[in-house]
Amino acid sequence: MAVQDDKIWFDSISMEFPGVLALDDVTFGVKKGTVHIMMGENGAGKSTLMKVLNGTNVPSRGKFYVDGKEMRFSSAREAEKQGIAMIYQELSYIPDMTVERYLMLCREPKRGCFIDWKGVSQKAKEILEEEGLDYDPKLTLRQLNVSDIQLLEITKCIRGNHIDVLIMDEPTSALTSKEVERLFEKIEMLKKRGITILYISHKMDEIFRIADYITVMRDGKHISTAPAEEFTNDGLVKLMVGREISDVYPEKETAAGDKILEVEGLTSEYGRLHDISFYVRAGEIVGLGGLMGAGRSETVRAIFGIDRFEEGTIRIAGKPVKIRRVSDAIRNGIAMATEDRRRLGLILCRNLKENISLSSLRKVSRYTFLNLKKEKRLTERYFQKMKIKASGLEAAAMTLSGGNQQKVVLSKCLMTDAKVLILDEPTRGIDVGAKHEIYKLMIELAENGIGIIMISSELPEFIGMCDRAYVMHNGRIVGELDKKHMTQEEIIRMAAGGVRHGHSKG
Amino acid sequence: MGIAKAEMKKKMDVVFRKYGIYLVFLCLIVIGAVSNPYFLTVKNVTNVFRQIAVTGVLALAEMVLIIAGQIDLSLGAVIAFSGMLSVSAYLSSGSLFAAVLVAVFVSVLCLTFSGFMVAKVKLPAFIATMAMDYIARGLCYIYTGGQAKYEIGDYSVVSTMYLGAIPLPVYILFGMALVCWVIMNRTTLGRDIFAIGGNQAAANASGIHVDLTIIKTFIMAGMLTGVAAVLQIARVNSAIPDTAMNYHGDAIAAAIIGGTSFTGGIGTVMGCMVGAAIMGFLTNLLNLVGLDSYVQMVTKGVIILFALTIDLTGKNKRIKRK
Repeated sequence: MAVQDDKIWFDSISMEFPGVLALDDVTFGVKKGTVHIMMGENGAGKSTLMKVLNGTNVPSRGKFYVDGKEMRFSSAREAEKQGIAMIYQELSYIPDMTVERYLMLCREPKRGCFIDWKGVSQKAKEILEEEGLDYDPKLTLRQLNVSDIQLLEITKCIRGNHIDVLIMDEPTSALTSKEVERLFEKIEMLKKRGITILYISHKMDEIFRIADYITVMRDGKHISTAPAEEFTNDGLVKLMVGREISDVYPEKETAAGDKILEVEGLTSEYGRLHDISFYVRAGEIVGLGGLMGAGRSETVRAIFGIDRFEEGTIRIAGKPVKIRRVSDAIRNGIAMATEDRRRLGLILCRNLKENISLSSLRKVSRYTFLNLKKEKRLTERYFQKMKIKASGLEAAAMTLSGGNQQKVVLSKCLMTDAKVLILDEPTRGIDVGAKHEIYKLMIELAENGIGIIMISSELPEFIGMCDRAYVMHNGRIVGELDKKHMTQEEIIRMAAGGVRHGHSKG
Repeated sequence: MGIAKAEMKKKMDVVFRKYGIYLVFLCLIVIGAVSNPYFLTVKNVTNVFRQIAVTGVLALAEMVLIIAGQIDLSLGAVIAFSGMLSVSAYLSSGSLFAAVLVAVFVSVLCLTFSGFMVAKVKLPAFIATMAMDYIARGLCYIYTGGQAKYEIGDYSVVSTMYLGAIPLPVYILFGMALVCWVIMNRTTLGRDIFAIGGNQAAANASGIHVDLTIIKTFIMAGMLTGVAAVLQIARVNSAIPDTAMNYHGDAIAAAIIGGTSFTGGIGTVMGCMVGAAIMGFLTNLLNLVGLDSYVQMVTKGVIILFALTIDLTGKNKRIKRK
């Protein structure tokens, strides 16, 4: 076995979460002092595996070796002691701490049992100079931008803990192209020092620039590991999505009608959206594709009135409407099932009846007094129609499974008599049976003339369900695809920034 | 055998959680009746009810606020301040109706201000209402120069009047409870209040105007506080600037003991009333058995801790089971 020559060797790692096999017998090695890219779709198991390496996850089966020695970490702290650290996608830092203090956090030089603040300043200054970071050490982190903080975080990590394996989870997702350059320079620097870098990314264009080795994962399994030269752009995409589309998506009978929703020039600083324009016809299922952070959820949140936007017009059935808050959207016939149903979809401690009728209380009340009989009758109808598995309408929402909770959220949306239905990751985290019921429901609704906007990170589902799709990248719509041209390869290529890469055969 | 036992325990758990508060109340009554022959006499019971009328109405105010995910630490001071102005209005106009109107108006004004600070300025209710506590109490002292008014004429008739065998404050308490019950269970406002307390982000995403609902909840609590102020002034038959000190503490305790969840979204009017009754009868019983008032305070504190612990452990269990 190659245990001896590799910096890291994963040996038959499996990881089980209740009901899910997140990692399935993964075996491969990482060479010392290389940049090793981890690729795969969302949920392929890259992050799960990296968290095994940094001690956050403890594998159910299998071992891993660092420098030929078997390692067993029970916390990220233990992994750091062995020189392994991870920089997460969402940076967590202390915004009001100064650069120098943050850099030396928990490692402050001491004089007796007191911190030697002068020593802190001095040491921090030295480190910043050596690393070529020209920040004012007295600034607070709040005053820095994301890219600066990220570099600071990397520096803190490397210098503080004598780290020689650095894991980075999609480090460029929040960076501008200039900042990406800066990060890559840093990575080159680290590599020269012999530090091994594991780098999770979706972005084709950057991968080939820094990769020495690439590992592709799919559905928790290890698919391939090889030097970067051996891959082509198209080859990688095929390996990543390789699975057959085994799920059957129901067919829709009717054709699309008139434009029911038109969005023009939607721009929002908060959501980082630029000039978003698209339309949805009655009876049409339109997809919004793109990577996480491309602005898909931000777009629909703005349309639904959860977030504010500065510019842009929204027209429903040709009529411009003003949407300042969610109630405006609902009144104008827009409904939305949000991505995070536990946080944004349900009042978990209240019962199903109250949850279902929550957006349509106007419909079941007169002069603010509720008509409980009417409410019961209407909510009961959705309870039956959606086949919600629960002890009854009086059951608390928190007692339901994920799939049934999603059905409650959908019931709430439907009860508003919406003409436009927005579904943000409608099948995330729910089982195959419930998924299928949701697909059938979507088709039925579309056939009844409702326009549907769907966001989904599962490409087979996305392609199977959508009649037409817009692909987003960096807060912009970069392309439109009709059913004929909608392939996984094409969507991934557009989502990654559009252009084909030089390594590709064409 | 083991399974049956576990099953049994689970059922007991559910029963206790649902009806525990009523069981506690029942036990308290039984203990009281056994330990003191005077405890269950009509005279004592009506007396206790008259005392808990103030706490009870105030507990309703805290209950709706806590359900909405808020709290108010100024209600004691607001009672003193609005009561004071109410007495002045009564003395200058001679109209009890005007007095009640002033009390309610001033209370609503104070709480609307707090509600505005919470909903629009986004201050935590804890901070906003604590500030209001200082303001209202300070205004009391400024207005009176620290002097109490003992000659307030027939104001006390609100407390001393009987309708049949039952004193008026008891009717008012139950009237307020009924109004609250209708609002919380039969109106869209009630649903909105439960929703924003249960999950503010989800309520917002469901089309509920969260800020407005928070302000409405404070206004509702303000009306209740105004009524409580009238009851309090009538009961003590004087306008004292440091009256009703920390009454919101008792009110919050009653609401929590009555099953209102401190994390918001859960609570019932019925439970709240029983909570207020437990607080009232317990104080009465401790008085009857001659317990020192300082020891009583310690007892109250322990009971509040106990009630909150039950509330939280129940929650943690549910979370763990998920």
